[in-house]
Amino acid sequence: MLIELNEVSHVYQDENNVKALKNINLEISRGEFIGIVGHTGSGKSTLVQLFNGLIIPSSGTVKVNGKNITNEKSNLKETRRHVGLVFQYPEHQLFEETVYQDIAFGPKNLGLKKDEIRERVEEVMGLVGLDYEEFKDRSPFNLSGGQQRKVAIAGVLALKPEVLVLDEPSAGLDPQGRKQLAELLKYLYQELNITVILISHRMEEIAELASRVIVMHQGEIVIDDNPIEVFSREQKLHKLSLDLPQITEILHRLEERGLKVNTNLFSISEASAEIIKALRSH
Amino acid sequence: MLKDITIGQYIARDSIIHALDARIKIMITTILIIALFTIDTFTGFGFFAAFVLVVVLLSKISVKKVLKGLKPILILVLFTLFIHIFLTKGGEVLWSWRFISIESEGVYTGFFMVSRIFILILFTSLLTLTTSPLQLTDGIEYILSPLKRFGVPASELSMMMTIALRFIPTLLEEADKIMKAQQARGADFESGNLIQRAKSLIPLLVPLFISAFRRADDLALAMESRCYRGGEGRTRLHELEFRYYDFIALIIIIILAVAVSFY
Amino acid sequence: MSLIEISGVDFLYENDNSDRPALQNIDLQIEAGDFAVIIGSNGSGKSTLAKLLNVLLTPSKGEIFVAGLNTNNPDNTWKIRQRVGMVFQNPDNQLVASMVEDDVAFGPENLGIPTQEIRKRVDKALEMVGMAGFQKFAPHKLSGGQKQRVAIAGVIAMEPDCIVLDEPTAMLDPQGRKEVMETVQYLNKEKGITVVHITHFMEEAVNADQVIVMNQGQILHKGSPKSIFRLVEQLKDVNLDIPVAVEVAEYLRQENIDIPDILSIDELVDALC
Repeated sequence: MLIELNEVSHVYQDENNVKALKNINLEISRGEFIGIVGHTGSGKSTLVQLFNGLIIPSSGTVKVNGKNITNEKSNLKETRRHVGLVFQYPEHQLFEETVYQDIAFGPKNLGLKKDEIRERVEEVMGLVGLDYEEFKDRSPFNLSGGQQRKVAIAGVLALKPEVLVLDEPSAGLDPQGRKQLAELLKYLYQELNITVILISHRMEEIAELASRVIVMHQGEIVIDDNPIEVFSREQKLHKLSLDLPQITEILHRLEERGLKVNTNLFSISEASAEIIKALRSH
Repeated sequence: MLKDITIGQYIARDSIIHALDARIKIMITTILIIALFTIDTFTGFGFFAAFVLVVVLLSKISVKKVLKGLKPILILVLFTLFIHIFLTKGGEVLWSWRFISIESEGVYTGFFMVSRIFILILFTSLLTLTTSPLQLTDGIEYILSPLKRFGVPASELSMMMTIALRFIPTLLEEADKIMKAQQARGADFESGNLIQRAKSLIPLLVPLFISAFRRADDLALAMESRCYRGGEGRTRLHELEFRYYDFIALIIIIILAVAVSFY
Repeated sequence: MSLIEISGVDFLYENDNSDRPALQNIDLQIEAGDFAVIIGSNGSGKSTLAKLLNVLLTPSKGEIFVAGLNTNNPDNTWKIRQRVGMVFQNPDNQLVASMVEDDVAFGPENLGIPTQEIRKRVDKALEMVGMAGFQKFAPHKLSGGQKQRVAIAGVIAMEPDCIVLDEPTAMLDPQGRKEVMETVQYLNKEKGITVVHITHFMEEAVNADQVIVMNQGQILHKGSPKSIFRLVEQLKDVNLDIPVAVEVAEYLRQENIDIPDILSIDELVDALC
């Protein structure tokens, strides 16, 4: 098992003592693409920070690759090279003078040799779609928002993690930027066999990409299933005031009105074709 | 971790200490600090400590919370203590080894200074714990306002403080987040010698400064669009108002301070 | 005369070395009481346009009149800023004070309104945005949507004719977006405040009286929401999000299924069954 959480609870030690996570049991295996959805404050961000030891839970155990990372002697630095974490608005953490140096920060901390660092930087810049020669010497602060985001994601990929966790990576991107990001995640998952864990408010994104969806509510996992199952539970999601993907909403509504459509389609073109077919046979 | 800092924090309670006028509280704190520096006996400190305790109890803030606020200055206090114990000479030699010696004068001054720092910090933190930041800045503005005539921009200074107070929690949160993000990339803020540690702060400080500047830029625009053009002609939602018990409190304190100073 | 009249406006940032001005040849009228939505992708010039309405910038060429006041005349600056309030994108960076009521009071304080009147305005404004009872809260304890509503209250308390919102929903979660949009629509429909809403979420344009599409510093199209959503291909070319229902309708039309102009899921479903 890649990541294993056993009876994990977490309370933030501040004046409110909010219980951010309650008795979480969770197993994540290699090769999954997990989507995590839930309201702001549902505990999603706290949950993913457990995976690489940035937060040590108040109780319970977290195991990564079979190693318990919740006891004091655990080597968190080692864990963090296996589990890469891209925070929300990651471009706000850029700090180096050049794109190259910023992406090289992670590999340098791993103590890699110069040649190897260079190789990795070139590789990950290719992955995120930044031309190495064109961008390596530029200041990250003079890039567009979308390009800065790419540099920041490349900076985490340069650690060559087995698991990549992303917290709202598409927030604030335009449609083109979102499309590129989705393609990158697909490539990492399908071609490089990286386990991806994606937090997003965009149900479309989750439905399109994830193989398994976890729904969080008030510090608990309330649904954990494949996307088709999760998004067919319309009532439950509404009760948690979470949206369906818009296309699913359309299909559900048409079905309610008596049009016989398969409601488990998440791409707009497929769903449209399905509607056309249903209308013609109606 | 950074969020644990409680110096300058305000804890709202319904107490007579909270209800006192901010200007009076600032004056009282100033008087007491001056009095504190005229004290040269431990009995005097004991008296002050007792007084602080009474104020804490009246303020309805738990003693534990007040003491927790002292944690960050512990290093400073210990440092002062050691400096005095080892470097101040005079009196009896209590212990010596080669060229190092501890003498009674040093121990005495050390503890003396530490008591003074503790009480001083307690006073000032009580001021901020029981006075909302806004009342505090309004109070300071009022007290400084006679200096406007000499070109001291009292209103602008108080606006600056208001903004600083508003942004401290935001920036602390942000610092926490940036720190975590860099740790996720293998940054190490905790080990190494002093120079290495200072260097390791760069990945934290650069983004933090950039963000602070960006926020400042945005805020300036927002303030301008809401018709801010300096203190001239501004009115206030909260006008400070003296009430009779504010003066009673002030008079009691003056009497106490004078009594203690001449004791 | 319209509440806002923009004619022949160009704008060029001073230290900008690109050869293209940020805004080029803008002509636009916004009527009092309207809900106008300006959509455009990053760098389309929509934020620059917003700043011109509030005299945070003045045109390099051409003129803008707000309620008959020319923004080029420095004497008008403060009058215009009182009449046209602005709400910005980042909820954290526009709140000045560490308590909600003090922040809402900031504008009226700057205008020199008497204390008692400020109190009234603050409470009324907070009620209008659905934040009554939050007077003593610290901004950093609020959610994004709540902070944005406090920012809107801060503008309302200055009693403006018009509010310009510069991507107020861009950094919010779906819940926050909904709160802000409901508040803005309420202020427009019930309180008669003119709204200029700038966004890159096209769904937010569905209820507008006038939609303006910006691209590369120019107005690409203006008209009713329905007229805009007919331009699906063109809008995709300028990197804008199309509401899913509109896109589905477009697919169906290509297959010769007759569908009227629709904007929302409700309308699509009604049209089909």
